[in-house]
Amino acid sequence: MNPRLPITKTPKCYVGGAFIRSESGRVTPLHDASGAFFANIPQCTRKDLRNAVEAAAKSGSGWAKRSAYNRGQIIYRLAEMIEARSAEMIEALQVGGQPSARAKTEVAATVDRLIHYAGWTDKYEQLLGNVNPVSSPHFNFTVTEPTGIVGVLAPEDAPLLALVSLIAPAITSGNTVVALASTSQPYPSIALGEMLATSDLPGGVVNLLTGFRAELLPTFATHAHIRAISGVANADERKAIKLAAADSVKRVHLLKTEETHDWFADSAQGLYEIRDLVEFKTTWHPIGA
Amino acid sequence: MSTSAHAAFRRLFHEIGTVDAVGVEERVAKFATRSIKKKSKLFGLKLAVTMVDLTTLEGKDTPGKVASLCQKAIAPHEGIDVPSTAAVCVYPAMVKHAKKHVAGTSVRVASVATAFPSGQAPLKTRLAEVRSAVADGADEIDMVINRGAFLSGEFSLVQDEIRQVVEACGSSTLKVILETSELETYDNIRAASFLAMQVLRPNDFIKTSTGKTSANATLGNNQVMLEAIRDFYFETGIPIAMKPAGGIRTAKQALQFLIAVKETLGDEWLNNQRYRFGASTLLNDLLRQIEKERSGNYQAPYYFSEAAESY
Repeated sequence: MNPRLPITKTPKCYVGGAFIRSESGRVTPLHDASGAFFANIPQCTRKDLRNAVEAAAKSGSGWAKRSAYNRGQIIYRLAEMIEARSAEMIEALQVGGQPSARAKTEVAATVDRLIHYAGWTDKYEQLLGNVNPVSSPHFNFTVTEPTGIVGVLAPEDAPLLALVSLIAPAITSGNTVVALASTSQPYPSIALGEMLATSDLPGGVVNLLTGFRAELLPTFATHAHIRAISGVANADERKAIKLAAADSVKRVHLLKTEETHDWFADSAQGLYEIRDLVEFKTTWHPIGA
Repeated sequence: MSTSAHAAFRRLFHEIGTVDAVGVEERVAKFATRSIKKKSKLFGLKLAVTMVDLTTLEGKDTPGKVASLCQKAIAPHEGIDVPSTAAVCVYPAMVKHAKKHVAGTSVRVASVATAFPSGQAPLKTRLAEVRSAVADGADEIDMVINRGAFLSGEFSLVQDEIRQVVEACGSSTLKVILETSELETYDNIRAASFLAMQVLRPNDFIKTSTGKTSANATLGNNQVMLEAIRDFYFETGIPIAMKPAGGIRTAKQALQFLIAVKETLGDEWLNNQRYRFGASTLLNDLLRQIEKERSGNYQAPYYFSEAAESY
């Protein structure tokens, strides 16, 4: 019998609940740590980004309308999916050259991070919302609403954990996400897409793109439908993003590439990450004398 | 199908010819591959705006909603250079409200009539509806054909009814809705197109759909009707206009339909006297793309006023 032919996977991006190639048809060869060819990764364009934003917009109102408890269940389910396929995710991280022990820790931390935010979905409102004391016959209260479509720019290090740490707080409060994965280690985001597809997260809530960062950053910054940018960027990128984002009055929360961030630490998660991506609405309700 | 209906269809197909369905599908698939950029794209987008019949056909329509729709048709968006749409399209009860708001502008008032969308009312009632809409000031009437009669092969009944509506229209333009989704085949669409065209006046329209059924205007049925118009024009010299309606929601789709017009009927049909889009959400996507071409940035849909959600 002839030896079996190898069946290799075509990596595709997870956008709008479907697996897409770039509309441009372009790909970038990805090499593993030993320098051998591993796969062709889609090199997404600004049109792919535009399509991803449309997908996010379509699913946005439905996701925000889910009960907080249900959003928590779904994010927990996503964690379950990654946990069950952690061996595959560890391999995906090793493609980028991570030693097995570190890859294992990163996958475990990623699962824990999702569990962390799954718990927050029905609790952040109690801490961020408020009944305000006012000296007039009004019942005055502040509640939060999701910001909308959030553009996530993942850093080069911790290609899975950092990506998920940026996505999770956004979707916790009902935002939708269009994320650009690490340019040097995009493969974990491809694997994450496959796990998102089997979680109960509605298609379009999280959209993952791979491609050249420099090509896509200007569109992330100028696309008026993207309401916030969250991620990691260097000094030049931060300046360019802030300038271009001003036109459409986006929220911009960028960590600095030149500083080190411990994505594994407890300080990389919590209420303030959620607060960065919500809008506060204050209501004055008249009350009788 | 009864034997007599069968025979009637056979005679008609013998006269006007049938459609090569595979050929049509192949042809229209090519329209989606044209690359229209920059100046020609902007030209196409603006042309499409002038061709929109801005439509609201809902049970919940009010004079207020029609007023804002008219305003939107006259001046689609502030701050960018865009023309008015061709017309607003409303139910007969809303014609007099619409007429008041578009007075003195180039925007025309179109009204669906003849028991839209089913057409299942006595002819007397349907004609009365047309006369009342015309009396209220409708510049254009969108009628539905009697699909039941068509499918049972009673072609002279279909034509007779259209003829009477033409008469009831007076000087108003008539658009004949074939409701392609209920005609089943491309052959039938071509046949119904010919039946309508044979009794229409020059520059009256044939129209694909009501927008009230599951299947609407597609590049395929648009192409079959455009080719019917072309063949009829070569045969008789009478130019018939065309209006696809329903399901055209994006600027990209609109450009593909315009490509079909350009490559099938030519420049003579690339104006709003000869070609229209029946749509409600299309206009905002056109505006969004025009603004994108101007500013270079992708726009958020909520930057543009929403006047109509139906269709």
